[in-house]
Amino acid sequence: MSEQVEVKEAKRSTPKHQLGEEIIICRDVHKWFGDFHVLCGVTTSVRKGEVVVIFGPSGSGKSTFIRTINRLEEHDKGQIIVDGIEMTNDIRNIDAIRREVGMVFQQFNLFPHLTVLQNITLAPVWVRKKTKKEAEAMAMELLERVGIPEQAHKYPGQLSGGQQQRVAIARALAMEPRIMLFDEPTSALDPEMIKEVLDVMRELASSGMTMLVVTHEMGFAREVADRMLFFDKGQIVEQGTPEQIFSNPQHERTKVFLSQIL
Amino acid sequence: MSSTDVQVTQEVKQPRVAVSLIDWLRRNLFSNWLNSIITLLLLWVIVSALVRLFDWALTEATWTPVVKNLRLFMVGRYPGEAIWRVQVALALVLALFGISGGIWGGITRKVTSGLVAATILLAILPLSMGTRLYFVGMAVLMALGFIAGLRFPRLLRWPAIALWIISPIVIVILIGGISGLLPSVDTSLWGGLMLTLMLAVVGIVASFPIGVLLALGRRSKLPVVKGFCVAYIETIRGVPLVTVLFMASIMLPLFLPAQIRIADVVRAMVALTLFSAAYLAENVRGGLQAVPNGQIEAARSLGLNVFQTTTLILLPQALRMVIPAIVGQFISLFKDTSLAVVVGLTELLGIAEVVIRQPDWLTVPGGVQREVLLFVALIYWVFSFSMARVSYQIERRLGVGTR
Ligand SMILES: Nc1ncnc2c1ncn2[C@@H]1O[C@H](COP(=O)(O)OP(=O)(O)O)[C@@H](O)[C@H]1O
Ligand SMILES: [Mg+2]
Repeated sequence: MSEQVEVKEAKRSTPKHQLGEEIIICRDVHKWFGDFHVLCGVTTSVRKGEVVVIFGPSGSGKSTFIRTINRLEEHDKGQIIVDGIEMTNDIRNIDAIRREVGMVFQQFNLFPHLTVLQNITLAPVWVRKKTKKEAEAMAMELLERVGIPEQAHKYPGQLSGGQQQRVAIARALAMEPRIMLFDEPTSALDPEMIKEVLDVMRELASSGMTMLVVTHEMGFAREVADRMLFFDKGQIVEQGTPEQIFSNPQHERTKVFLSQIL
Repeated sequence: MSSTDVQVTQEVKQPRVAVSLIDWLRRNLFSNWLNSIITLLLLWVIVSALVRLFDWALTEATWTPVVKNLRLFMVGRYPGEAIWRVQVALALVLALFGISGGIWGGITRKVTSGLVAATILLAILPLSMGTRLYFVGMAVLMALGFIAGLRFPRLLRWPAIALWIISPIVIVILIGGISGLLPSVDTSLWGGLMLTLMLAVVGIVASFPIGVLLALGRRSKLPVVKGFCVAYIETIRGVPLVTVLFMASIMLPLFLPAQIRIADVVRAMVALTLFSAAYLAENVRGGLQAVPNGQIEAARSLGLNVFQTTTLILLPQALRMVIPAIVGQFISLFKDTSLAVVVGLTELLGIAEVVIRQPDWLTVPGGVQREVLLFVALIYWVFSFSMARVSYQIERRLGVGTR
């Protein structure tokens, strides 16, 4: 590697959550879109129960990175191991990992032709082979958990953005994933709806879910994250606990970026 | 809370503002002097044309060729002693429509009511007594089926679906015969409206799945699959249907062992199917392109495999968007069956030619072309128009364009 980046190993002195063994391991991950080098050697690992917030300038490869973890994007070089399974072109591995990794998108991506309940029960029924009854009972529990059980029989188009994103979270949780990926889950929402989604995510974090969250909600990060990764130009420039990042950033680029968004 | 079958009706009726007829006329037809002149001019053209047409139809026209040959128009040269088999086949289909209307309601119910109205209309017409009684019977049969479907929807749902699926086979056996049970009636004797409908239905039912597969294949990452689909679609779309029909009737035997002789009817069906599939594929492709990529990503990230993603997420959304285009294609296919006349089939238009050439009308000054063709055109129009109405209903129900 030509461009060596010094990565500060975060001191995991006071984690906010009970941490287990390493569940995601990325070693020197590279990706190119044509000639464009999007990911330039990303190395990190995430432990069970950990909440990691990823932030950085637009176009720095944050989305691309978390999408390599459930193989929505293929990496070209390096190694990604999720829950003991290495990401290869083997379809069975990819399907196995996707069952364990839930994802929430900026644009919700709910299925508009299905009701809220059908959105949530679809994958449990077809992938986990649950009965319709079991799946629906679970879906209703999840809708209670995200606070909108009364919307079960509506179509996504009839809900507000905040409600849609909460349904999307419930839909991902219905697969009982071990890891949840969030790609700017509140960026498409009106300000008054951001809190209702963040509240659901807070609750999820405290329940012990392993979470990778791309977000610029710094209040949320300070409160919930065990660790923050600052991404720039396809690399992790700096990482540390929220306290370290906010009060004592080491890198010039981190300082500049934080001064812009805070 | 356990039922997901909740229907959501989002029909919001616009409040109707009461407008007087005069007001409406003034605003829409006579808003300024140019508009008024165009209105009057068009009115004059339409009225005088209609007057001329009715005058001709009621005084000059010779309708005997139509009236005398009704059976020829309906079933062609199908032998008289076997005609009950066609009637039973039709009864089966109508009964199924009746039951389905009862079970599913909504659009199926509207279709059933339309069919009941049509049979009642036919029963009123001055046809032979036997025919009129048959149509009365059909109306009653549909009503009974409807009531049965309404009363026992759960019980009849699956049998009805199963019957729909096997109905084409049953109909072909009924009409064509089966060794040992029903004496066979050669396909060269099939004709008229019956044959037109058979060509259209087979073409529609068979070309739909092929068209969907071609559209999906065109998106494939495998170059061979993609290449084949593109080549197929573009080749077929580049040649006229007549060519495809001739090719099917001349070339198809080349690909098959000499002992196997395929009936002309089957060749025409193959040609219509292959032709229609290419156009359908292009319609479906439009729908597939309109589904955002995020939908596929969401489905894949939930662990659905490629097949499940396609059938549960991609196709339902894509097809819904292109229903109008697909039905439009089906209507063209229905009308295109008339081209089968060039490969020697006596479907509706073929029968028209036969009737026009009958020696009985040699003495009629000017021939009977106009009457016969007008009658046939009316039949095509009734079916095409009905299909368009059904499409419109489906569109409204699904809220196409108002997603
Ligand atoms: N499918 C793609 N093809 C080509 N370039 C892409 C594609 N997806 C993303 N990019 C580019 O990769 C860069 C990183 O994108 P992304 O990971 O979405 O950044 P971020 O989420 O940090 O804003 C951007 O410059 C973007 O234009
Ligand atoms: Mg992004």
